[in-house]
Amino acid sequence: MRLNHLTAHELKKKMIDKEVSCREVVQSVFSRIEEVDGNVNAYIRVEKDSAIKNADEIDKKISEGEGLRDFSGIPIGIKDNICTKEIATTCASKILENYTPIYNAEVIERLNQQGYILTGKLNMDEFAMGSSSENSFFGPVSNPWDITRVPGGSSGGPAASVAAGEATCSLGSDTGGSIRQPASLCGVVGFKPTYGMVSRNGLVAFASSLDQIGPFTRDMEDCAALLNVVCGHDRHDSTSLDIEKPDYKSFLKDDIRGTKIGVPKELTVKGIDPEVKNAVDSALKIAEDMGAEVEEISLPNLEYALNVYYIIAPSEASSNLSRFDGVRYGFRNKDADTLRNMYRKTRSEGFGDEVKRRIMIGTYCLSAGYYDAYYEKALKVRTLLIKDFNETFSKFDVLISPTSPTTAFKKGEKIDDPMTMYMCDVCTVPANLAGLPAVSIPAGLSASKLPIGLHIMGNVLREDNVIRTAYALEKAIGFKNFPKI
Amino acid sequence: MMNGIKTEDKYESIIGLETHLELETATKMFCGCRLSFGEGKNINTCPVCLGHPGSLPVINRLAVEFAIKIGLALNCRINNRTIFHRKNYFYPDMPKNYQISQYGIPLGVEGYLEVNMGDYVKRVGITRVHMEEDAGKLIHIGTTGRISESGGSIVDFNRAGTPLIEIVTKPDIRTSREAKHYMTSLRNLLLYLDVSNCSMEEGSLRCDANVSIRPTGVEGLGTKTEIKNLNSFKFMQKGLEYEIKRQKKLLYSGKEVVQQTRHYDNDNQITKALRSKEEAHDYRYFPEPDLVPLMIDNKMVESIKETIVELPEIKVKRYRDEFGLSLYDAYFLARDKKTADYFENCLKCFKDAKIVANWIMGDFSALANKEKIHISESKVSPEDLCRMLEIIAGGSISIKIAKAVFEEMFKTGKSAVDIIKGKSLEQISDSSEIEGIIEQVIKDNSGTVQQYKEGKKKAIGFLIGQVMNRTRGKANPKIVNKIMSKRLE
Repeated sequence: MRLNHLTAHELKKKMIDKEVSCREVVQSVFSRIEEVDGNVNAYIRVEKDSAIKNADEIDKKISEGEGLRDFSGIPIGIKDNICTKEIATTCASKILENYTPIYNAEVIERLNQQGYILTGKLNMDEFAMGSSSENSFFGPVSNPWDITRVPGGSSGGPAASVAAGEATCSLGSDTGGSIRQPASLCGVVGFKPTYGMVSRNGLVAFASSLDQIGPFTRDMEDCAALLNVVCGHDRHDSTSLDIEKPDYKSFLKDDIRGTKIGVPKELTVKGIDPEVKNAVDSALKIAEDMGAEVEEISLPNLEYALNVYYIIAPSEASSNLSRFDGVRYGFRNKDADTLRNMYRKTRSEGFGDEVKRRIMIGTYCLSAGYYDAYYEKALKVRTLLIKDFNETFSKFDVLISPTSPTTAFKKGEKIDDPMTMYMCDVCTVPANLAGLPAVSIPAGLSASKLPIGLHIMGNVLREDNVIRTAYALEKAIGFKNFPKI
Repeated sequence: MMNGIKTEDKYESIIGLETHLELETATKMFCGCRLSFGEGKNINTCPVCLGHPGSLPVINRLAVEFAIKIGLALNCRINNRTIFHRKNYFYPDMPKNYQISQYGIPLGVEGYLEVNMGDYVKRVGITRVHMEEDAGKLIHIGTTGRISESGGSIVDFNRAGTPLIEIVTKPDIRTSREAKHYMTSLRNLLLYLDVSNCSMEEGSLRCDANVSIRPTGVEGLGTKTEIKNLNSFKFMQKGLEYEIKRQKKLLYSGKEVVQQTRHYDNDNQITKALRSKEEAHDYRYFPEPDLVPLMIDNKMVESIKETIVELPEIKVKRYRDEFGLSLYDAYFLARDKKTADYFENCLKCFKDAKIVANWIMGDFSALANKEKIHISESKVSPEDLCRMLEIIAGGSISIKIAKAVFEEMFKTGKSAVDIIKGKSLEQISDSSEIEGIIEQVIKDNSGTVQQYKEGKKKAIGFLIGQVMNRTRGKANPKIVNKIMSKRLE
């Protein structure tokens, strides 16, 4: 197998055994990028020169007998809404096309301590708004399994790059499913931790109360290892949880005997692809065979989750994105003759349609006279939903559903129909509203060779249950496919 | 109106004040940047206070302590759980285009401030005391500094993120005089707390007013206007007077007051319409999702309470009880912290509080007022003043000479002892020296002596005056009197 398709833990072993050099590992990734990224368009920016330089430094350390950390010398791509010091961070938007952060996001600092290799900045839906990665100023991302199809979104670049062998792992962000849904559509592992476990410092905010950074990997072992790196308290993020983090790798146990699995019937939605349903059912059958207890359940307020999400997320976004005004940084329309016109033209030209749509929805929901009917009410339903989850998790360890109702759809298929596009998030949004940890793991391929994702959700801070169940099912399912791009 | 009689009593004005105070913490409200004092533009900035993408606010604990202090001093109830909101509006001096401010649940509520009006005490209710952050400063390029005549504007974000406290009163204030006294009392109180320099000139203390008028004796409130830019005590009184007159004139002429925001223009001493109710911003307040609720337990409130120094109200009482001062004197000395500190420092080395009070309130304040400085900024330290008072008490100089000595101390900063020695102003109390001069005076004024002996007892005054003249006022009058009386018997 090519180096660029191995996992981080496999590469670490090979480098320690001096079977391969870090330079070879890194070069394999960049030659793959050169080979396929013209079609995939996973990257907005590639950092080859610094990557090779850093790889040589790792090789020097290895030759000097220095030990390797889990991600020393591992090529990792970063979603382009995570700030990288002195490296442009665009959020796939024209308005930040030339914006270069003056500081590193907390997760980047943590990866730097590992000695990771930054491959580049990954493509996405503009400001993480979308479910298809078609809303990028730098062009849409293609699904490596079928380049006529979307990779999901908004972290399409992070998902596609790991699937196509253009990075060993990547970091994305998840506001309503933006890690898990593209992971599902691209056949990789995507994990959204409990809200507050990963610092949002340096993550360009979409919806602050929902955003969470998380890893894309090829297996659960890498996933747990990367969680060990990125999770943990940061005093620069007031919503960061000040608790001791567990060793996530210690949850990698192939044993789910007695695990109580709930299957919310609200998430087996109308319009679900039968092949997706079959894959989920067979995964549940495997779980039962392994000794887990599976039960269909109902969470009455789950059916409102999508509505609540599409009020809260745009409301917060309308405020978060108001700082992009052309005054201090980023794109500015230089023809405007008045301040008001400068704002108007800069933002009209700088933002894409989907971003503008959500700013308008959010502005409306927060306006005097509408606040109570929309935002305030959405917060109340969110509280009821959290109550539902609390009750459910007193009886169940994890909840399982499909990650996405369908496999990857064709480019252009839903882009003009926002409501249909928003339905993609129906299974993933509840975890964000309640701050729960959730993962998508590959559950198999459809007849047309498109990946299907299995969604496993746990109670707040119960990453242990999620990781254990995902690891056991991953082993049992044995998904080892790579796209033939 | 019906009979065409216009009397000033027909309407009364209702005023509520909103005061903004910049706190003097070491760092800004939500980031680690230092506060700026006239430094280079945009020096004290970081991704947070510049509103860079991905940056997050973290609450400054010291600012919270200062805010609690202020709330307690204004007799507020401190909420145990308070939250921050975002106030959304676009302006170039607002880095994030929203201000983080306490909207739903402010830190302090339901307080009051008692304002000494001289002839009565006015209790002004405090609706809320809350925390927020300041904006940056716009600098309009051009000679006038006015936006309308400027070719462009630049922004200095040094001030952006400075901790601000907003103090909102109930509509309890009835006259511009009460408003002015409220502001003076508030400023003095805040200075006591040592949380800000409270300078209206530098903009660390700013004030807006809500003004409406209603027929005297009627309940309910008339349509109000909000007056901005009342940023000095003078502006405040003038601006309010103008606005009250303007509103009354409208009502007398059968017109209505329009709800709007107005700007006080000091050049023309008028208020000008800035924007109407329809043009008012919809701030789209919503809870700040980047911050968790701020929990303040009673233990924290109690420990902060212990750090609050003796406040004016209590000082006034103590000065009266302990030193027997009059209400006027006690208030004069206690109302501002610098005067009170000076007074109390004097008492450390000179025990007679009434004498100290008389000097501070009399000659000293007169001289300081003339120089437009506070007594604490003068060259005379409390120790200097005390030494002079000791010299007077010891009988070495007369009160009259002491006044001259003090004036020179005030001007030059020299000590009383040096001035007295330098000009040999020391009182002559040596009997033999005085006796000699008296002999001469008696010899030179035999006529007057004769008159005295014939029963015109008042003539002694002239003779004593002659002695004082010849000693240039230095002779101890008591001794002169005693010897002269004896000599003439």
